[in-house]
Amino acid sequence: MLNVVINIIYLTLSLALLFAFIRLTRGPSLPDRVVALELIASIVVGYVGVHAIDTGVASFLDVAIVIALTAFLATIGFARFVERGGVKNE
Amino acid sequence: MSELLVSVLLLAGAAFMVVAAIGVLRLPDLPTRMHATTKASALGTMMTMAGVAFHFEDSTVTARVVAIVIFIFLTAPIAAHVIGRAGYLTGTKLWAGTIKDELQERYDPKTHRLSSGLEKNEPRTSSARSKDLSKGQK
Repeated sequence: MLNVVINIIYLTLSLALLFAFIRLTRGPSLPDRVVALELIASIVVGYVGVHAIDTGVASFLDVAIVIALTAFLATIGFARFVERGGVKNE
Repeated sequence: MSELLVSVLLLAGAAFMVVAAIGVLRLPDLPTRMHATTKASALGTMMTMAGVAFHFEDSTVTARVVAIVIFIFLTAPIAAHVIGRAGYLTGTKLWAGTIKDELQERYDPKTHRLSSGLEKNEPRTSSARSKDLSKGQK
């Protein structure tokens, strides 16, 4: 039962990644793209958790911690960049 | 029993993430998109991680899962606040149907200062003090 559920979840999360990627490429302004990137990072954290269950290797959770950390730092960095006048809105 | 619980938690987490992704794709402007992503994706990640903890049933795994959940719980609102602020201050266009923008008449984009709208009634001393404060910040 769990195998079927895990396959369904892989499919669902891939769909979510696709939607977020469309917003990442289309997003009219830089903050929109940053929001999409943040969403992609948290989807990938979920992906990693499901993969840890799938393979039975609990060490994958460390990867999830690092991805969450880098996503947060990247968002803060992008926000500072936007606010200090890196790219003016078109 | 445990397998059923894990399946339900994982499916609910994935469903919340898909809802967040649909929201970020379909909603019209930056604040509404952030409204969709921050809450729904944080809850989805937390539910997925809870499912991982229930699957392994191991104290070290549970400790790491709790660390991830606390970290997301702390950082998701901060990141959303910071990027929303940056987007507003750089003049991202709001949706045409927006009916309330409280900052519009209060925030001065040239001087980068926020006013309460009650400055005329304030006693002299407090406005002088706020000027000193703004000088000190620069």
